[in-house]
Amino acid sequence: MPSSQFTRRGLLAVSGAIIVSSLTGLVRPGHASGLAPTPTMRGGANNYLPGAPIVERIGGGGFWMSGTVRRAGDGMPLARRRIQIWAHTTEGHERDPHSHGATLTDAEGRFRLEMPQIVPAFGQPHGHLAYDDGVEFRTVFLRPIMRSARDTSLSADFVLEPA
Amino acid sequence: MLPARTILIWGCLAAAVSVPILIAARSPLLQWRQPIYIVGGFAGIVSLAAMLCQPLLVGGYLPGLPTRRGRRVHRVVGTVVVLSVVVHVAGLWITSPPDMIDALTFSAPTAFSAFGVISMWMLFAAAGLALARRRIGIRSWRAGHASFVSLAVLTAVAHAMLIEGTMGMVSKAVLCLLVLIATGKVMADLKIWRSFRGRNM
Repeated sequence: MPSSQFTRRGLLAVSGAIIVSSLTGLVRPGHASGLAPTPTMRGGANNYLPGAPIVERIGGGGFWMSGTVRRAGDGMPLARRRIQIWAHTTEGHERDPHSHGATLTDAEGRFRLEMPQIVPAFGQPHGHLAYDDGVEFRTVFLRPIMRSARDTSLSADFVLEPA
Repeated sequence: MLPARTILIWGCLAAAVSVPILIAARSPLLQWRQPIYIVGGFAGIVSLAAMLCQPLLVGGYLPGLPTRRGRRVHRVVGTVVVLSVVVHVAGLWITSPPDMIDALTFSAPTAFSAFGVISMWMLFAAAGLALARRRIGIRSWRAGHASFVSLAVLTAVAHAMLIEGTMGMVSKAVLCLLVLIATGKVMADLKIWRSFRGRNM
């Protein structure tokens, strides 16, 4: 009967695949949908000032910083998370308090904050972002780079690891 | 009247040094930088421009400055290079301490930071060797100074070319190319490889 032969071959193929994937780590138990946490970038925390206030926008605006915040593993969007943003802009240096601001993510885990135009500083046009509530999820600092100094927006995504 | 060759050589050097500085002085980035950052940035440009003069002085290529006098000026300009690098690092440190500390500890995310710091140490080594040259013998001095200078020049060029700063891209590339050519030429003319051969140093 063809169906019994099919079943035996199928069983061998499936069990073989499970053994191979478990040995090679292709599928890790518990991380099946495996969204890896975002590591802190080198230099990301430079000129960080803890507790930047939540603002409508930083300074006069004209430039958009946006991104998403999700949970590692299942990728669930995280709502009402506080993201701090700072950069060297047309209105101030990175360490100036008025160059810093924070915003909250929406229900879909998205954030978007208007700020002054980022200009190249220390050799690269770049921004800084921090998730630092630190209670539920580990602190992450990001330092994304603009493709061109003429860009008027920049984005960075956070995948947070439970603390 | 000065011979045409004299005017041409000095004119080219003056242009190679001053044009990149003048272009940088017109950079829109300056309006968003505080004075200490501007001073720190320009000190870097000055050190690169002074690095062009160094091989020309050693080789006696500049009219009116034959080798003996040229080398005396080389020491003065060498001091300028070292001091301007110190001002460069100090100015940037004051502007953003964590970025400069990252660079000096080789933990910055940017490759140009590492190149810049290596260049600084190679430059200090080349200058330090100059202070000790009477004590180490002519071959060791020549081979050592040439080695440190070669590394300092190559890493300084990599540092400058990778940076998006106040310098114009074309004038920066031209200045870097001239520094490489002049350094290479004087080492070839002085047959510097001979210092690496022969008896133990």
